Amino acid sequence: MSNHAYIYDAVRTPRSKGKKDGALHEVKPIELGATLLRELERRHQLDTAYVDDVVMGCASPVDEQGSDIAKAVAMHAGWDESVAGVQLDRFCASGLEAVNIAAQKVASGWEQLVVAGGVESMSRVPMGSNGGAMFSDPEFVLNHRSVPQGIGADLIATLDGLTREDTDAFALASQRRAAHARDNGYFDQSVIPVTDLNGVVILERDDYIRPDTTMEGLSELKPSFAKIGAFGLDDMALSKYPEVAEINHLHTPGNSSGIVDGAGAVLIGSEQAGKDLGLTPRGRVVAGTVLARDPVIMLTAPGPAAKKCLEVASLSKRDIDLWEINEAFASVALRYMRDLDISHEETNVNGGAIAMGHPLGATGAILVSTVLDELERRDLKRGMLSLCVGGGMGISTVIERV
Amino acid sequence: MSAFQYDKDANGIVTITMDMTGPVNTMNEEFSNAMIETVDRLEHEKDLVGVVIASAKKTFFAGGDLRWLLSIEPGSEAAFFEGIEGTKLLLRRLEKLPVPVVATINGAALGGGYELCLACNHRIAWNDGSVQIGLPEVTLGLLPGGGGVVRMVNLLGLEAALPYLLEGKRVTSDEALAAGMIDQLVEDPNELISTGKQWILANKDEDAARVQPWDTKGFKVPGGSANSPQLAQTLMGAPAMVHQKTRGLLPAPEYILDVAVNAARLPFDVALRIEGRHFANLVTTPQAKNMITTLFFAVNKVNGGASRPNDIAPQRVKKLGILGAGMMGQGIAYVSALAGIDVVLKDVSLRAAEKGRAYSERLLDKKIARGRLDEDDKARILRRISPTESTEDLQGCDLIVEAVFEKIDLKYKVTRESESCLAEDGIWGSNTSTLPITRLAEASARPERFIGLHFFSPVDKMPLLEIICGEQTTDETLARAFDYARQIKKTPIVVNDSPGFYTSRTISTQTGEALAMVAEGVHPVRVENAGKAIGMPVGTLTLLDELSLTLLLDIQTTHKSLGLITDEDDPTPQATQTMKEMIAVGRIGRKGGKGFFDWSDSGKRFSAEVIDKYYKEEVQISERDIKDRLLFRPVIESLQCLDDGVLRSVEDGNVGSIMGIGAPVWTGGYLQFVNTYGLDKFVTRCEELARRYGDRFTPPALVVKKAKAGELVV
Repeated sequence: MSNHAYIYDAVRTPRSKGKKDGALHEVKPIELGATLLRELERRHQLDTAYVDDVVMGCASPVDEQGSDIAKAVAMHAGWDESVAGVQLDRFCASGLEAVNIAAQKVASGWEQLVVAGGVESMSRVPMGSNGGAMFSDPEFVLNHRSVPQGIGADLIATLDGLTREDTDAFALASQRRAAHARDNGYFDQSVIPVTDLNGVVILERDDYIRPDTTMEGLSELKPSFAKIGAFGLDDMALSKYPEVAEINHLHTPGNSSGIVDGAGAVLIGSEQAGKDLGLTPRGRVVAGTVLARDPVIMLTAPGPAAKKCLEVASLSKRDIDLWEINEAFASVALRYMRDLDISHEETNVNGGAIAMGHPLGATGAILVSTVLDELERRDLKRGMLSLCVGGGMGISTVIERV
Repeated sequence: MSAFQYDKDANGIVTITMDMTGPVNTMNEEFSNAMIETVDRLEHEKDLVGVVIASAKKTFFAGGDLRWLLSIEPGSEAAFFEGIEGTKLLLRRLEKLPVPVVATINGAALGGGYELCLACNHRIAWNDGSVQIGLPEVTLGLLPGGGGVVRMVNLLGLEAALPYLLEGKRVTSDEALAAGMIDQLVEDPNELISTGKQWILANKDEDAARVQPWDTKGFKVPGGSANSPQLAQTLMGAPAMVHQKTRGLLPAPEYILDVAVNAARLPFDVALRIEGRHFANLVTTPQAKNMITTLFFAVNKVNGGASRPNDIAPQRVKKLGILGAGMMGQGIAYVSALAGIDVVLKDVSLRAAEKGRAYSERLLDKKIARGRLDEDDKARILRRISPTESTEDLQGCDLIVEAVFEKIDLKYKVTRESESCLAEDGIWGSNTSTLPITRLAEASARPERFIGLHFFSPVDKMPLLEIICGEQTTDETLARAFDYARQIKKTPIVVNDSPGFYTSRTISTQTGEALAMVAEGVHPVRVENAGKAIGMPVGTLTLLDELSLTLLLDIQTTHKSLGLITDEDDPTPQATQTMKEMIAVGRIGRKGGKGFFDWSDSGKRFSAEVIDKYYKEEVQISERDIKDRLLFRPVIESLQCLDDGVLRSVEDGNVGSIMGIGAPVWTGGYLQFVNTYGLDKFVTRCEELARRYGDRFTPPALVVKKAKAGELVV
């Protein structure tokens, strides 16, 4: 690799419930993204004409998020007209894929400064708005036994012999950690308030977290996927898992990721870009990988992706100080820790998407700021970020402080 | 006594009669307090069956308190936003009462007044021409911030609501019924409340009578949500249509469109909040301040007679004589006959005079075709115009308006011939656009009764009348001229005599500057487009072609021959030279088929010949300078007119420049412009332009003085 891909900064919006009564429902997706670009420009007195490209993930790129939202975000932020923009979609990995692609662009020497990020207003453009063969083409669905991710999450839990207590305990920890981190200001330097056109604050901090969560409360929630599973989805999935008698549905709204609105943005550039613009790198992207495993169970690839990423980076497990796995479902995170033989003590130390929500296309970019902030706060070196992805894919990225 | 009367009848129906302090009901603190008290009481009222909202005034409700809105400064958006959210919450509580709420509209319900009606379940109006309904906020640089945008979209659908929101269209009761803005008409205003009560009793058990459509489960915006394919074309087309009108200079229509689209996409209460945020922003913009200041306050002041001597009893013209049945004469005849005045229209031949009357007939036929008039009305109006070739017929006129060619000798001649026909206390008005009134009055035996009445073309469409006082014109004469202007529904500004008065003098600085830039070698396309970019109705070169270069040069020549100006007074000699060159090669303007453009039936094209001759590639001038040169010259001239006493008031200058010579509305007129631009900034920029382009940009002493004193031009 010829050049280092430095992380000059990483910011994110607060996240709020991605429904009609969420605080960010009144905010357009382009505004969520532009809020972050404007902040990057303000903080670094950035000459935006220097930026080559804005790469943004978005998992429902239609309606208000359609027509290359990344370029629209750059324009809406008032950035120089020379800045290009591209939206990409790798489902839940879109935001981290954007980071990896930006790093590749810089490492190759083809580009000097790139914004990587993601935008998802799940309240304004609901999940599934974009259709697609994956879940709605009968020929495809039947050939591949393609079932929704919740079935896969419950299947993992069943295979791994998880109990409701296991998943709920994980969820409770996520809530406590997130509330603690937020309330102690761990997120403050990266969470940028969303304001209206008058500068009046609409949302200042994450408001999806439920600090008062208890095991009792969690245990009362009904499983989310039992009903749809009984319609035939369970049988369809199990046709590929003959060793399993039945799926134990133990994921609920309490131990699954929340549907929220939010955005993230990471400024990635070459050493030269830093010199030219007077920027100090906070870290660098060491390596990134994607791969895929069984698409039916869908969510088991993060562990393998992390292992592949370590290989690519010529690192071993003990070189990683903090691990971050997107909490799409509790079982996904628990499987990840089992696969890698790591503990919860070093994983998702400030909670995750179960507490704070998972704005699909943005989460990967959001995790960069979460991990980088925490590495700095603890004065540690290196973090591994992973997400499970539709189609059985997994993605991982190693970042380190410099 | 509360501003709202609260009466509950035996059937359990409460009638709220709004009777606020002052002549009209309006949205202010008194309203909020009365509304809080009323809604609280209604929410706790036992056995409530329905609510009727009525007005004790001649009008239903007049809308927002503009003086208060004018006082909201940038920086106070957050507090203002909180305030309007509070007011809107009251309307929300009103429409969420579990019983039918009915508005009984007895007179104008505009702006906030109609927004109040929209928050009722049922709207009944008196079927009378005096009842005007609409949301005119956009015309003052604002948006309907009391839920008007959101409720209109949810009531009518995005496409149907947009014209009322974007154009501020006002309609009468029957038109409002047809549009779905109200639900029912009554013929007798005394039956409004009883009809409202009957409706409540008949429908009180229906959900649709108690619950607003948008609060009904499963409600869908009529015409589809903003995400639906049937609105895709509207979403693509509407911004372009808005831009064509605003050229990016007026935020209000742009915000309204954005809020309306949001309203067709988002839940009702979320959309209301977005509407409030945009209203809070608009209220502090210079455009809103300028438009409210001039289009509301100044226009009202001017029409209300601020420039009319107030110790003279009002009078009406009964018999009007018009000399010359050309374009101006026939237009003056039309508007006067329409106002019920008997008109004697005289020209050199009866045929010419009859042709002048035929013009009125054509305009009246158009009104009939649009359903605004019937044949009887037309006959009655036409009968008021008597065409003639005989001076005798002018006998006993209260006012004679002379509208003959702009030749001073001819004007002298007709004055001497006809003046004696005036009634004993009659006055003489000259519709000249260029010749000095004091000089024209020299031909008059009674110069104290001689005054300038400068109409604008086309007379039936242009709202302005520029009244020019000569040196000897008396207050009595001015008052009578003013009353005539109001009689024919014109907005009269009053100025003192000066070459070109106020309007012609000021617009000629802009056309002169455009010519000067062409002469310097600036590309004509850039000069033309800069005029449009600052918000002029047409580009400045189009304006020159429309006016015709011969006319402009003739005026200058006349002023010189009368000794009013000399060559040294010409601020832009290169412009004059260019006019002469253009005329010499036959490029006189549109009426000759060619000027800066080659004109044909299919439209106009920039003349390649003109571009070849004048455009110099090496001339480097910024877009900002081109635009400011076109804008600052008439602003500086207006300030000079104020300093010289040609303008008697700031309001006259602002209203006159917008209504007469196309000053962009966002400026609030050529004087108000400096107030929101900032006087210090204006002086600095003038000095910069003066260094670069000449002394004509030197800031007038008046504005320098006021800038130093920290005062505004008011």
